[in-house]
Amino acid sequence: MKDYSNVIKKADLKKLRPYGDIMDDGVVQVSFTLPVEASPEAREAATQLAGKMGLTEVKIATMEIAAPGFSFFVIYGKLAHTVDFTSIKVIKVESPKLSMKEVDELIKEKLGRKLVILGACTGYDAHTVGIDAIINMKGFAGDYGLERYQWLDARNLGAQVLNEDLLKKAVETNADVILVSKVVTQHNIHIKDMEDLIKKAEKMGLRDKILFIAGGPRVTHQLALECGFDAGFGVNTVPSEVASYVIYELLKRNKK
Amino acid sequence: MAHLELNQQTIIECRKLANQIVAKVKTVIDVHTSVSIERAALRLIGVEGAIQKNGLNYPLVNEIVDQLRSDRVIAKGALYWFANGLLASGLETNELALKVGAGEIKLSQLDRASLTDIRKKAQELCKAALNRLKTKREERADLRKSQGDPFDTTWNGTPLKYVIVATGNIFEDAVQAKAAVEAGADAIAVIRSTAQSLLDYMPEGATTEGFGGTYATQENFKIIRKALDEAGEKAGRYIRLTNYSSGLCMSEIAAAAAIERLDFLLNDAMYGILFRDINMKRTLIDQNFSRMIIAYSDITIHTGEDNYLTTADAVENGHQVLASQFINERFALHAHMREDQMGLGHAAEMDPWHPNVLLLEIARAQMTRDIFPKSPIKFMPPTRHKVGDIFFSHLMDAMFNFVGVLTNQGIQLLGMPTEAMHTPLLQDRWMSIKNANYIFGAAKDLGKEITFKRDGTISKWANKVLDDTLVLLRKIDRDGLFKAIEDRAFANVSRSETGGKGLDGVVQKDKEYTNPFFELL
Repeated sequence: MKDYSNVIKKADLKKLRPYGDIMDDGVVQVSFTLPVEASPEAREAATQLAGKMGLTEVKIATMEIAAPGFSFFVIYGKLAHTVDFTSIKVIKVESPKLSMKEVDELIKEKLGRKLVILGACTGYDAHTVGIDAIINMKGFAGDYGLERYQWLDARNLGAQVLNEDLLKKAVETNADVILVSKVVTQHNIHIKDMEDLIKKAEKMGLRDKILFIAGGPRVTHQLALECGFDAGFGVNTVPSEVASYVIYELLKRNKK
Repeated sequence: MAHLELNQQTIIECRKLANQIVAKVKTVIDVHTSVSIERAALRLIGVEGAIQKNGLNYPLVNEIVDQLRSDRVIAKGALYWFANGLLASGLETNELALKVGAGEIKLSQLDRASLTDIRKKAQELCKAALNRLKTKREERADLRKSQGDPFDTTWNGTPLKYVIVATGNIFEDAVQAKAAVEAGADAIAVIRSTAQSLLDYMPEGATTEGFGGTYATQENFKIIRKALDEAGEKAGRYIRLTNYSSGLCMSEIAAAAAIERLDFLLNDAMYGILFRDINMKRTLIDQNFSRMIIAYSDITIHTGEDNYLTTADAVENGHQVLASQFINERFALHAHMREDQMGLGHAAEMDPWHPNVLLLEIARAQMTRDIFPKSPIKFMPPTRHKVGDIFFSHLMDAMFNFVGVLTNQGIQLLGMPTEAMHTPLLQDRWMSIKNANYIFGAAKDLGKEITFKRDGTISKWANKVLDDTLVLLRKIDRDGLFKAIEDRAFANVSRSETGGKGLDGVVQKDKEYTNPFFELL
């Protein structure tokens, strides 16, 4: 057969655009609601808004009556904008991924004592799914929770723990690591709570003695760093990833 | 309807054990009251309003009970002192409450009438209060007749469509609730601000700021009730309103909800213990009184067993849910509730990639339906395995809706495509209701067309869950409920008898303790 590999269009990484069914066609789908009655005028308003988003060849796939006074749109169009993929840099947690056994052995060998880890949902947040998945014995996606590690003393303080109580507990237990889980993000409450924790920790002189790690569906490593944390983990993080980071980071600091 | 062949003897044995488990706790419940119960009693007789204290709108009922506590006389009951106060001062209820709140009158230092006279006065107050609740109950029954009632209490129709609103702003909630009714919702729950369960007072007034939800206040109840009555009138069906009788103010919220004619209350005998770390004595004492108010007001409760499956593995721990349902049922019966007022909770939270997961979900849903034939059953949607792929999430909700209609669940909380992302947008809710409208209509009578194979996967799984439940209930009966909770019988959570919040608000009743609601409700 003839070699067609040069015929197939490759992605232009300098000018990256969405892919619909042909390279570089720029096809995107957006949906939103307008607080006006579904009407020809509403449809035109949605088309114009799509245009302002940078879409060309706008197609209103559907306009639905979401409620009296509310129209819902599904729209397709071609995105005019591009990004330079080659210049993108994302800050990620950089640590090797170790197994539970490897983490335990490293702590035993290099530190010779159990690491104390406190986990909590702080402030108003009552959603413990994340912290439970990381700390509780059972773990997540077949990866055992931190409670199961022989060389970790991991304690799950549960929901709605106040920042000051968490820090007090950290002093009492001589904690090495604090894990904060944030699920509720209304009014950016997660960011305010995280920043507040670090401020309080600084006041108590704890900031550099403890590793601060955040987790949650809307948490990224970048966001955690911006809030003054050491690391952040998002959705689908398994306990061993957190444990690997903890031991890797603490050993790195110990060397200094 | 298709039914499972479940071992009836095992079911009878489970109920017997639940009865024994609850009877032992009842002896603790009966000799105690709590600050929340005392405040609820004051709310019921009409004490309303707040004073300014420490920058808070602090409810008068809290101030009065706080004073009686610090004077160390609360064990006789708030109604004892309040009835005496009315006799001694000759004032009206709210006049007296305001003067006590302002520090002008000290209830514990007034001239004391005889116990007989005090109790007679208290009895009078309570009877008037119950007349008020009865009026609300009758008003509701009339409205359901005139507007039409979508709730099929023979559980042969399609599930009631229940959605949440959670904007944090009660006025925006009303807009969203009305939109949901237009799309086809039958019941609206105003999700509470996540901070509220641990507040030892009910905030006052209309509120426009909350976190993950909107504060439960009596004024907010009033605002949203009015909006739903209007929406129901327009839609031609009565719309049910839901809130949360849980947390440290469990009984008070039941009282406020009864006064404002709410229809559904999330109310669980053990939820607060397990998931909010509220002391177990406090919770069990409060749930009893709250349920007595609920029973009288013809409100339907929703229990919280669905939550167990968010912390414990959903495939492995179905028996914890069923054991808890038997216990919740028994606690409710003790508080004089009827079975058709018990929306026992469970959830479709199994791993979507588990082989035959749909069969297992059908097994558990049908089993719950068949074990509690007179109760509505509250079916909760997938949340645990949702992460933000809204398209897959919508598909999971469709399968969940299919199981709900197939097995005739009473109340279906509709899942949201954006679960795990944000509180639902108007369009999320609309999409989710459309999903249910389609599936409930398309598979309306499927349950009447099928039978379950006696030795099939579904039947075997249901009987296995039932057998495991019996084992667990035996263990709880042997150890006692308090010890069992300490040993992680439910949701893999451990709580101790003296731990948790709110134990200091538990009071042993004095021999002159006066609260006629306990006899009248």
